Amino acid sequence: MRDVFIYDHVRTPRGRGRPDGSLHEIPAIELVTQLLQSVQARSDLDTALLDDVVIGCAQPVGEQGGVLARGAVLNAGYADTVGGQQVHRFCGSGLEAVNNVSGQIASGMAMAGIGGGVESMSRTVMGFDSGAWCADPRVALHNYYTPQGIGADLIATLEGYSRTDVDAYAAESQRRAAVAWQEGRFARSIVPVRDVLGEVILDNDEFRRPNTTVESLGALKPAFAGMAALGFGRVVRERYPQVEEINHVHTGGNSSGIVDGAGVVLLGNAEFGQASGLKPRARMRSWASIGSEQTIMLTGPVAVAQKALKNAGMTAGEIDLWELNEAFASVVLRFMDHMDIDHAKINVNGGAIAMGHPLGATGAMILGTVLDELERRDLNTAMTLLCVGNGMGTAAIIERV
Amino acid sequence: MRHLAIETGADGVAVLTLDNAVESMNVVSDDWLDEMNAAIAQLRDDAAVTGVVITSGKKVFMAGADLKALVDAYGTMTPHQAYAFSQKATAMHRALETMGKPVACAINGLALGGGFELALACHYRVLADDPKAVVGLPEVNVGLLPGSGGTQRLARLIGAQPALDLLLTGRSLAPAEALQAKVVDALAPAGDVVAVARAWLATNPSPVRIWDVKGYAAPEQRMMIIPEVAMGFSVATAKVVDKAGYNLPAPPAILSTVFEGIQLPFDKALSVESKYFAKLLTDPVARNIIRTTFISKQAAEKGARRPAGVPKTHFTKVGVLGAGMMGAGIALVSARAGIDVVLIDRDTATAEKGKAYSANAFARQVARGGMTQDAADAILARIAPTDDFARLVGCQMVIEAVFEDVAIKAETTRLAEAVLGSDAIFATNTSTLPISQLAEASARPDQFIGTHFFSPVDRMGLVEIIKGQKTSPATLAKAVDFVAQLRKTPIVVRDSRGFYTSRVFRMMIFEGVAMLEEGVEPARIENAARSVGFPVGPLALLDEVTMELPVKILDDAADAPGNTYTIEKGYAVLKRMIALGRGSRKAGGGFYDYPAGAPKHLWQGLAEEFPVAGEQPPQADLKARFLYAQAIETARCMEEGVIETAEDGDLGAVYGWGFPAWTGGTLSYIDTVGIAGFVAEADRLAQLYGARFAPSAWLRDKAAKGETFYPAKKG
Repeated sequence: MRDVFIYDHVRTPRGRGRPDGSLHEIPAIELVTQLLQSVQARSDLDTALLDDVVIGCAQPVGEQGGVLARGAVLNAGYADTVGGQQVHRFCGSGLEAVNNVSGQIASGMAMAGIGGGVESMSRTVMGFDSGAWCADPRVALHNYYTPQGIGADLIATLEGYSRTDVDAYAAESQRRAAVAWQEGRFARSIVPVRDVLGEVILDNDEFRRPNTTVESLGALKPAFAGMAALGFGRVVRERYPQVEEINHVHTGGNSSGIVDGAGVVLLGNAEFGQASGLKPRARMRSWASIGSEQTIMLTGPVAVAQKALKNAGMTAGEIDLWELNEAFASVVLRFMDHMDIDHAKINVNGGAIAMGHPLGATGAMILGTVLDELERRDLNTAMTLLCVGNGMGTAAIIERV
Repeated sequence: MRHLAIETGADGVAVLTLDNAVESMNVVSDDWLDEMNAAIAQLRDDAAVTGVVITSGKKVFMAGADLKALVDAYGTMTPHQAYAFSQKATAMHRALETMGKPVACAINGLALGGGFELALACHYRVLADDPKAVVGLPEVNVGLLPGSGGTQRLARLIGAQPALDLLLTGRSLAPAEALQAKVVDALAPAGDVVAVARAWLATNPSPVRIWDVKGYAAPEQRMMIIPEVAMGFSVATAKVVDKAGYNLPAPPAILSTVFEGIQLPFDKALSVESKYFAKLLTDPVARNIIRTTFISKQAAEKGARRPAGVPKTHFTKVGVLGAGMMGAGIALVSARAGIDVVLIDRDTATAEKGKAYSANAFARQVARGGMTQDAADAILARIAPTDDFARLVGCQMVIEAVFEDVAIKAETTRLAEAVLGSDAIFATNTSTLPISQLAEASARPDQFIGTHFFSPVDRMGLVEIIKGQKTSPATLAKAVDFVAQLRKTPIVVRDSRGFYTSRVFRMMIFEGVAMLEEGVEPARIENAARSVGFPVGPLALLDEVTMELPVKILDDAADAPGNTYTIEKGYAVLKRMIALGRGSRKAGGGFYDYPAGAPKHLWQGLAEEFPVAGEQPPQADLKARFLYAQAIETARCMEEGVIETAEDGDLGAVYGWGFPAWTGGTLSYIDTVGIAGFVAEADRLAQLYGARFAPSAWLRDKAAKGETFYPAKKG
């Protein structure tokens, strides 16, 4: 296996995923186009050196469909010899795209490429691509399909997390994100998004609510009790008979935010570094994806972390920083408990609860975020991972070079 | 043609009248399908015919298929044969709607199931505006789905979700609601439906259904890329689970039939419908539901267990002794069945209170519009509350429902018999005391019998009739006649402790406390019971019936020589809960807490009293234990002659204590598992969880011989 290096990464700021969000007028392909152009411009890259651009998306239909990646390659003015590929692993898509390119390079079948992700949630509807897994009665019944938020509440129920526990986690995410923005920790990698006139339309993660407190969060209503009452509660009890009633602790305030955004990572082997004159910033040490129990849907991180560590021949203690997507507060709390990880080492600059989770983009975004943080703190190793819909998990370990 | 008549008028309208030559009702049958096909060909080819009206020569338009013909499909038909069976009917309906001439259905009376599917295959429907002329597709209630195009036509006519609502509930619609739901096009007085249909034909309507118009697409056809539609199916699936867990195959099959069918061209959709229908028809669950809840139930109500050769008794006057909850309920249902009731208690005021129970129940019905005030008044006038036994003169039967105490019952028996005529029978509504012992107080024990009603009497359909040692066949026949007149379902059992239903039902609640004693998490216990289809978990049930009740019965039984009415495990749990003052909901809380204005929840203290074991048994075992404990006790009842027929055993199980209908009942469940497999699994459970699961030599012998409780059907 050949070494795979990260040479650069950029992301857009995240816009509120609603019609009043700043990025609502920007199509998903344009977000990726602007990032690809930025990657090229930042190092005057000869794009003909790239083999493939792989873009993940969790709802790759409509304007996000049709192999958006290839469209963006051409739209960005890249050499027409660069391929394009779309990957879909729900919320793991962005990281899976990075892993996919890494695999092409590690196998020696490619020299360089870009992996990333995009999601314009303001321009699509949640459930836009539905799919048999949740909508075909025969499949949904067999899968004990239950909406994800109920799975998050189920984790809290089984693990005994109270409303205060999850709200405290959420408030801390907001606080950390506020500090990170105040100190400009994301500055190196944020590419402001420009409108048709070429003027900056958004240059920061506008979803954030820096003044959030446990008390202010406490006023919010549980978001998923209504869905459970429709019948999904019974589905859960068929699968988890130890549960009398689900403790519905998750709200809009301690769940990931609905936002628009994109992120990309430039990957290559050592020869690419010589050919392009770029210096590698980190090595892809290992990567992995797994399946986990599908009703709860969100417990994949522990198993995928263990698999990524095994692939790397490492132990959890050798990871300096962890970046686990904050899909829901209970997901991160459970991961910390089961992996015995200090809160001080995970999601140190806040996460999707504070800044939002543009489904297919997040994996690529937070991989870049944690690399920047390793450099800022002068640490060496980090793991990025996400829980994934229908019971999966995706992870990657990076190491500075 | 024997079941059809065609009469063509000068206006070119042919009236096709359904009129079964043999049965009192029009039914879907092979003969009928053949005749319909011939009629359709004739109407199509007859140039003089410009349009067709279909109506019925009976009061009822058509009630659908003959379930007796469907119950034997399991085990005798392959799924492919069942598919062909469905496709044959489908083809007739399809020929009707594509014959090129408009067909109007004049629905002159009730049209359910196959009857309504025929109407749906017509181009126009006018329904008699008569409260009895309901329409609907109730197949789901017998474990099936409409297999002659009903699911597809309904979904295309009114939309997938409204169609699913009707198909999954199986509810029928009264005329006004049917019109509003757009399942019929017009209403008319019953006598005018043919004329209205004829008038519609006179407007020269198109003989092409919307789904046969080129370019037609159902609104939901592209459902997978319409998030709201896709989400609607997610939720509909969860609702199906919420209602019936994973036990019933019909509701998910109906969902899939609509979901898959609506994305397909019409004929492909009909084929998919037939495939799902075939899977259900050849599934034992449909057989179980049809056999017990339809065939056995009707047979019981028609006197299957009535001794032959005894003249039928029509009751006009009965006495009810004891105006408590049971007595008041028995008085209510008797009066409602047209019988004068003398309702006796120790003083007139108490008896009046018993009558007030009926008054209140009827007042609620009147308020809901389910009954007129006049009808309520007429029924109430039949109940005469009193404390005077002399007023029992002329009663054909007395039902005693006084306090469960041998001495009190004996005194009551003597007081009543002193007044009663020589051929009147005396029935005791005891739920626990041996009938033969109570009969000792009677001067004529051959006219003494047990009638065990269930609470609440006005809603529970089963009556367990208990024969004492000396009960005569004539007395039994009268008791059966009485229950039939109440429109309830009788089963006949032999006198034995707990009779049949209480004896087997105890295994349900005892299994719950046994699990608690073993350290099973309480939520797992309750969820296991609900998951296999019991409406309520055993712990919640015990809170309702009180823990004192089973403890008293067990303690009483313990003194009897050779007692087998025992509890293997869990007695200590009951005693402890009672000692803690948590013996029932009435006591302020039992296994559950009952906070005011909030749903009940399991008592937190349970974990301390009955520590949860570190390793929990497989949930599948917990589920099996509820079913097996009761099934094996039923088999013992059969072995001992407490019950004499499998039908009685299963009706008692399903209607007496809510044993899941998908099983068909406790004995049907054994047959469904297969008796050899059942014995093997019972042995495994006995090894792991206790001797109560051990099959008897009798059952082993039956298994060895390959005998079933119901006669096997030949293919």
